[in-house]
Amino acid sequence: MKTSVKTLRLENNIIAKASGEFHGGIYPPENKQQSMTLPVGSLPIPDELIFPLNQHMGAPAEPIVSVGDNVLGGQKIAEAVGMFSATIHASSSGTVSAIEERILPHPSGMSGLCIVIQTDGKHQHIDFQTCDDYLEQEPTELIEKIREAGVTGLGGAGFPTAVKLKPPANDIINTLILNGTECEPYITADHSLMLYHAEEVIASAKLLSHILGNPEHVLIGVEDNKSDAIQALASALKNSAMNNIQIMTFPTKYPSGGEKQLIQLLTGKEVPSGAIPASLGIVMQNVGTAVAAYRAVALGQPLTSRITTLVGEALTTQRNYQVLLGTPIEFALQQAGFDASNNERLIMGGPMMGFTLKELTTPIIKSTNCIIAPSKKELPSPPPAQECIRCGLCSEVCPVSLLPQQLYWYAKAEDYERAQNYNLFDCIECGACSYVCSSNIPLVQYYRATKGSIRQQEQEKIKSDHARQRFEFRQRRFAKAEAEKIAKREARKKAAAKAKQLQAEKLARNPEANKDSTPKCDPVTEAIARVKAKENDPAAQQARLERSINSAKNRMTKLQEKLANAEHDKKNPISAQIKQVEVRLQNAEKQLAEFTSSEVVDDKPTIQDAASSAIEKAKANTAALANMSEKEKLEKQLTSLKQRLKKAHQRLADAEQENNEHLDAFKNSVTKLEQKLKDTQTQLSASTKADKYGLN
Amino acid sequence: MMIALILQYPVISAVIALGGLALIFGAVLGFAAVQFKVEGDPIVEQLDALLPQTQCGQCGHPGCRPYAEGIANGEAINKCPPGGQTTINAIADLLGIDAPSLDEEHGEEADIKTVAFIREDECIGCTKCIQACPVDAILGAAKQMHTVIADECTGCDLCVEPCPVDCIDMIPVKQSISDWKWTTPNTNHIIATDKGLSLTEGQTV
Amino acid sequence: MGLINASSPHTHHQRNTADMMQLVIIATTPGFVALSYLFGWGTLINVIIAAIATLASEAFVLKLRNRRVAFYLKDNSALVTAVLLGLALPPYAPWWIVVIGAATAIILAKQLYGGMGLNPFNPAMIAYVVLLISFPIEMTRWISPVNLNTDGQLPSLIETLSAVFNHSSIIDAYTGATPLDVFKNHSGLLVEQIHHQEPLFNHSVFVSVGWEWINLAFLAGGLFLLQQRIFTWHAPVSMLVALTLMSILFYDSGSSTSGGTPLMHLLSGGTMLGAFFIVTDPVSSAVSNKGRIIYGAGIGILIYIIRVWGNYPDAVAFAVLLMNFAAPFIDYYTLPRTYGHTKAESATRRKD
Repeated sequence: MKTSVKTLRLENNIIAKASGEFHGGIYPPENKQQSMTLPVGSLPIPDELIFPLNQHMGAPAEPIVSVGDNVLGGQKIAEAVGMFSATIHASSSGTVSAIEERILPHPSGMSGLCIVIQTDGKHQHIDFQTCDDYLEQEPTELIEKIREAGVTGLGGAGFPTAVKLKPPANDIINTLILNGTECEPYITADHSLMLYHAEEVIASAKLLSHILGNPEHVLIGVEDNKSDAIQALASALKNSAMNNIQIMTFPTKYPSGGEKQLIQLLTGKEVPSGAIPASLGIVMQNVGTAVAAYRAVALGQPLTSRITTLVGEALTTQRNYQVLLGTPIEFALQQAGFDASNNERLIMGGPMMGFTLKELTTPIIKSTNCIIAPSKKELPSPPPAQECIRCGLCSEVCPVSLLPQQLYWYAKAEDYERAQNYNLFDCIECGACSYVCSSNIPLVQYYRATKGSIRQQEQEKIKSDHARQRFEFRQRRFAKAEAEKIAKREARKKAAAKAKQLQAEKLARNPEANKDSTPKCDPVTEAIARVKAKENDPAAQQARLERSINSAKNRMTKLQEKLANAEHDKKNPISAQIKQVEVRLQNAEKQLAEFTSSEVVDDKPTIQDAASSAIEKAKANTAALANMSEKEKLEKQLTSLKQRLKKAHQRLADAEQENNEHLDAFKNSVTKLEQKLKDTQTQLSASTKADKYGLN
Repeated sequence: MMIALILQYPVISAVIALGGLALIFGAVLGFAAVQFKVEGDPIVEQLDALLPQTQCGQCGHPGCRPYAEGIANGEAINKCPPGGQTTINAIADLLGIDAPSLDEEHGEEADIKTVAFIREDECIGCTKCIQACPVDAILGAAKQMHTVIADECTGCDLCVEPCPVDCIDMIPVKQSISDWKWTTPNTNHIIATDKGLSLTEGQTV
Repeated sequence: MGLINASSPHTHHQRNTADMMQLVIIATTPGFVALSYLFGWGTLINVIIAAIATLASEAFVLKLRNRRVAFYLKDNSALVTAVLLGLALPPYAPWWIVVIGAATAIILAKQLYGGMGLNPFNPAMIAYVVLLISFPIEMTRWISPVNLNTDGQLPSLIETLSAVFNHSSIIDAYTGATPLDVFKNHSGLLVEQIHHQEPLFNHSVFVSVGWEWINLAFLAGGLFLLQQRIFTWHAPVSMLVALTLMSILFYDSGSSTSGGTPLMHLLSGGTMLGAFFIVTDPVSSAVSNKGRIIYGAGIGILIYIIRVWGNYPDAVAFAVLLMNFAAPFIDYYTLPRTYGHTKAESATRRKD
């Protein structure tokens, strides 16, 4: 198995040795032979297939089938939403039995929406549209096909492939790299793909090269521990008469399969921090992804199955399987002879970067390259962590030249600024530092948690800035309203003063007129009069409006009569008159309606006061809650609830008397409050009991 | 004449020299004060940026900015329950003082974030909650059903009290897979149990 | 059955801290054998007393700090301190010297700072310096190597024990200076003359009787650790190179003011013990490889300076402690350049 590259014939520049080197790296036991003793097997069709809607990076897909629908294999069951998303296809025929929350294959162990299909065992599929002349087609068309087939990165992250094949327009792609490194221990899915489907790998390189506008270099990177795969690829390449594809080999070292590390190995270049490889003119695809894209284009097959390595000493058969996506892990493991009693953890992905599964019911998804079911002895839990002795092994092995120790200290001290200054976000979480740590410190978990906290903090910052904006805007709005009110008052005052002045002038000019006019000089009486007038206003206004309506109606009838009389001559002017009156009538009616409705709402208090009084209340409440024991708090809650209940009763009674339309709502709130009261009472009694027994 | 006087009383030269120096430095300082004047009150801005902007008023101020101004004027920094210890630490760090623990008189730090939720079929459209909301996160009009824009809600809980029919609940924000994060390992008992090494130091240190 | 939920990686390198410490202890064996062969039982007694005293002090403080004693004692770090201290102290030192040294190392230099991994200074060197300053006579009383003693005799075990525990003067019959002492006290002579007339030098194979073998033995142990990847070559090599360069630079063609031959500096005193067992102590040294080169070079230069122009004949302990002080400073300026960054950035830069 482990023949060195030197024994391979380096002919026609088909195979070359990579000249680059990356910092650090580790040599964990490979554990690859156990799953390579048998060729790729196949699994029977499970009774149930589960398709999580977000098994890729980006927005979850939208289901386009409903419960009860019959689906065929390869049929699209969920549509991508936006650019960063991927479609999902049924992997076998059956009936959609549910669209519900299921536990996802994700480190959090949380649930998410999944489409569940009850298979019928017939494994019928839609007609696949093969295509032979794909090299004649436009790249955009081909990308669309890949997108439709739901192809995402099969190596781990699940990045939508179509997006990656459409690099930013200003980046000129000169290198395409197919990543066949598979540097993680145990995993052999890509290895067996390259070994048994070498022609397809070469064809996919051709396809992707065409899509990317035939870049200068097309490289296939394979670690030298897969010499049989290298040979297979080389002979496939020789038969294909492709002369710009080169197979690059390099010594086995973890993590040479990391995107950035492989680029450094093959090209000697470093992807700038925060940038994507396309900025260097490089696009990299996992070999599995490339083959899936090839099958989507040439064979018309959407991504519905993949090779997954099932490995670990808790299995009787350790090998690679061609599995249908959506197959529950439990089913797959059982087919491989899973001994649950000898297993205490299940890993999806490799032992270095994979995550543990909390449930066996989760399905195999597009990015599941491996499931490890180790025996208890095989991958034992690490012993408890000790203090860091600063041995520096972690920085020796770090492939991105970070200082893991310093990051660990700042992560532990929650000094996020320093952690970021030490380039925490350049960490690729490869786990090399944790692997070598002699004090068994779970370094990667610290980094992950810290990254998460920093991201969360940034989110919160954005949210709080937004809240502040809204709050300040609201304040300004109130200030403006208040200013307007004051301005109005001022204007009224001025107008009144002016009127008074005019009056005085009039008086001065014409003193005898004084007797005729009513004595209006006293401002107080004037104001009272105005207020009275205002009080009278609504009724008067209504009456006036009603009057105008009546008069309009009268005029209309009259005019209509006139019209009837003089129908034969001078028709037009009269009809115009009628229209005019009609319009006037409508206007008057509308005004009346508006007036009556506005009367109801007009009791708006000043909003500012309501807000500040609420703040006052809240303040008082929290102040009162201070230094109270649980029991006191409960009692306090109880009394407040009782008060609220009383108020609610009062309101209800009022409403009943008035025969209010919201009677039901009030009743409802009373019952709710009663319920709450009861709950609190039981809680209180429980707490008293607990007190009695000294539990609290 | 002047020179003769100075020569006779050397103390005068000292006085002149000191006075001259005082004048020069005074001029420089005065110039600097005008030229390099700091605009506004940046410390209030910085403090405001650290506060959680729930505008809940639990600190006794009508909003976060007034409290920031209060802190700048020497008020205690531990009156913000929504911000909790994290905010207190950040403010203490900014001001270069020791971080006190949260003053429970103003409320307790909640472990879970909540947002307001209006049970819409019970809402009578009284607009009281709309008026109470400091960030305009409640939509609705008179006699129309109201609803909370969950994304805008800061969870300040000021709308719960004014509601006459008690139809507003504070519900915990549901954690989704996109905002899930790893937790910091608990170093005091990492997976030690299965080796019979149940570390007890966490209880005593 | 609950499945274990843990963050990756799920596999670990099999060597833990205790194993590393154990390897360090094993690697001191050649040096220990050489010392015992040349000076008799004294070294063994030193190491045993130091081991008992360090373990006892460690247990005592852990108890005070409410930590689990067994768990922390098992990391072997106290034992390493004990062995290094026992090897560095003069054989036949009174027992209380060793006990005071061990207690100082563990309590003052290690546990008061928070225990393993948190001490800024090398505990064994702190203890050595404290003893050297407090008890200069006891600390500079060495005996002459076995092949220089008239009848090729060494104190017997009984004599050793009575010297150590009863402070008997039997040992006075065996006392002799160390090469560095001898060299320092003959400042009026040419290097050539000293090497010619002093038995410590003129009976030697390379440069100084006995001590050359001790140093070569420690060198062998150090190479073993290097091969085991316990530490990187950077600090010890740069220290030895710096020391060599300094002694070449100031050799002064063997005049009466010469600092001595490079070979003498490399193969006498605590040079090799320091280079491979003290300088490589990860806890108190600089972190990055670049930093370790600077750290080691600083120690090499300081050793030479103190040996030649200072008051003490040997200087490893002082040099190491001085560079311990400088380690955080070195770390600050020797950050490695992270992948994808154009240059190494200062860790204290503010976000803009």
